[in-house]
Amino acid sequence: MARQGVLVEPYQRLKPEQLERIHRASLAILTDPGVQCSNRNAAEIFGDHGTEVLSIHQGGAPYWLLKIPERIISNAVQAAPKVVKLGARDENNCLILDGHEPRVRFASGSEANNWLDVDVETFVSKRNPDIEVDFPVFRVEKGTVDRLARAARLCEHLDSWDSFLRTVNIQDDDITDDNKDVNKFFASLNNTTKHVMSGLTELSQLSNVVRMSQIIAGGKDRLRENPIISFITCMVKSPLQLVDDTTQKAIEIAKRGIPLVISSSPQGGSTAPIREEGMVAQINAEILVGIALSQLVSKGTPVLYGSVPGRACMVDLYDSYGVPEFNQYNIDCAQMARYYGLPCYSTGGVSDVRVPGIQASVERLFSHILVTLAGPQYIHYAFGLLERTNTFCPVQAVLDDAHISMVKRFVTQPMVTADRISESLEQIRKVMGTSHKLYVRFVRSALRSGEIAPPYPFEGKDMVDETLFRARERMEEILSLPPSHIAREVLNKVFQEVPGLLTRLRNL
Amino acid sequence: MTEDILVLIKENVIQGRVTQDDEGLEEGMVGQPGVSELTEKALAQDIGPEDIINRGLTEGMDIVGQKFEAKEYYIPDMLASAEAVGVAMEILEPHLAKSGIESKGKIIVATVKGDLHDIGKNIVSILLRGAGYMVKDLGNDVDPQSIVAAVREEEPQFVGMSALLTSTMIHMKDTIQALTESGLRDKVKIVIGGAAVSEEFAQSIGADGYGADGFQAVRVIEALSSSVES
Repeated sequence: MARQGVLVEPYQRLKPEQLERIHRASLAILTDPGVQCSNRNAAEIFGDHGTEVLSIHQGGAPYWLLKIPERIISNAVQAAPKVVKLGARDENNCLILDGHEPRVRFASGSEANNWLDVDVETFVSKRNPDIEVDFPVFRVEKGTVDRLARAARLCEHLDSWDSFLRTVNIQDDDITDDNKDVNKFFASLNNTTKHVMSGLTELSQLSNVVRMSQIIAGGKDRLRENPIISFITCMVKSPLQLVDDTTQKAIEIAKRGIPLVISSSPQGGSTAPIREEGMVAQINAEILVGIALSQLVSKGTPVLYGSVPGRACMVDLYDSYGVPEFNQYNIDCAQMARYYGLPCYSTGGVSDVRVPGIQASVERLFSHILVTLAGPQYIHYAFGLLERTNTFCPVQAVLDDAHISMVKRFVTQPMVTADRISESLEQIRKVMGTSHKLYVRFVRSALRSGEIAPPYPFEGKDMVDETLFRARERMEEILSLPPSHIAREVLNKVFQEVPGLLTRLRNL
Repeated sequence: MTEDILVLIKENVIQGRVTQDDEGLEEGMVGQPGVSELTEKALAQDIGPEDIINRGLTEGMDIVGQKFEAKEYYIPDMLASAEAVGVAMEILEPHLAKSGIESKGKIIVATVKGDLHDIGKNIVSILLRGAGYMVKDLGNDVDPQSIVAAVREEEPQFVGMSALLTSTMIHMKDTIQALTESGLRDKVKIVIGGAAVSEEFAQSIGADGYGADGFQAVRVIEALSSSVES
């Protein structure tokens, strides 16, 4: 069994001829102006396969200009697997991502620096001291390995949270660049049995992370069959520049056959055209370059089409996730991925605001609904992210889980069958024969079978908005549950064989 | 035999099944007798109405109430069970007087003049019947004089009025005025409800009680019943 997510009838924002036009535009971009590459190995690989490579020395760091022909791209698209398995410690939690099937799963993100706790304090009215009111108070903490583990435990118990993508950047005093990767993967894997995805901080740590994953998965072959981890690489710096460091990481990961997200995150208005067609043509070109490299390194490398298009805020040029264009870009990218038959790693659910509340709910619900409707196979950023991904709030993640479960119901396919129509007619006739003319008794079986949405889990009494308080209680309830840790003997082996793990993580 | 049928009545109240055609919460119940058929059968077997009420209907509703409190049951479950009890009480009504059993009280309910919205009033009727009250439903768009006539004829202990619209709620006041002028006001307790009205409005027009929802309406009437008895 695998996690099923939700199958949608995808919203087709782009018409077939528009998809084709964008595809052609992306191919044109790859030859003119081409791609600036700062990684020698990548330039050589592309050159060996017929790409025109020009060495550029015009002041600043030298780079290679790649004029990538259509043939390389079409071969890569053909070679890349159309179905990618993201494994899990509990194989019932694995994800089978089929590029042709618009079945959506939801994941977190995004290595935020801040962790936002929600406290409840009682305030007294200055006007009337008899009036007291409970109010949420927000406390910003830095991301730590302990908090990362707590987020993984939340993920484990929240039904809509299909895959754990590291939520916070771990900034403990005893975390260094050299031990960060093993500790963030371990803290995640030891606290959720769902798929774990993360970026790689140091290339030198790749072997240790893979070795750790092999031990936990049950061996080298088992990890290949059940890849419990995957990596995200942002090898492209928009516009159209292959970065030395992350490109080398992508090359090395591809050699190991671990699933790889080829991610690009241009910002419309600053590092990409703000207009939809220009933005999508560019990001598509950037992702296709990464996919091409992965397949040239190792044909058949499992890759996800990683589209993270944003739009610049016109006030400060930071990312703005609450704007309509964010959704348009992401819907288009999901369509482009399906055009190639590649599983899509998409983006939705972030708020620009710093704290949970009305603005956060409105902003994230737009993309939770609209991007889901587009039918990408994997939506990251979907849980707990605030302040343009700078902050992860676990209470917000609990809220997101409830809201995503509602979105999943909303996008579910209708079931207008002859049998169901007959049942409805029978119901209508029956109710019209009663004095009260109420259908309530017929709600009961639908409510219990899960056919209709259950009551909103965080509803307050007497129509009072207690959402945050109730969500906080739910979070605490989940965190009080026993963690789904790795078996003791496996854990011992991990600590014996993998250098850099913090001893205190044994009990985290 | 008596025990068996009372247990079945109780079980079917819990399942919220009025007739054999109704589905319950468990699978495979369609086709088996519901509360109405079982009540008829119990009477045919000379089981007294008091036993049917106390050991079948009331015990069943007690469990339904507990399940509701425990959030195991939702409002639709409560209403389905109350509807089943209400139908059984209608079947039992002719037998109650013969057995010397007094009903918990009679209530006239109506949506007031100019207002066609009767969902709330219907829900309250189902819950009141389920709680053991005799309910006379006058329907919707009922003018004050029709309510006065019904009070004179039916001699209820309670009048329940509902209004959804702010433009029609004023007719509640007119109705109370008409009852006063007819000399009937002191003979009934008046409870109002509906989206347009409030506790404050109830007090301002001289009603005896206000129910914010169906369940509160039943509680208010239960409380007023106790005060009448004491």
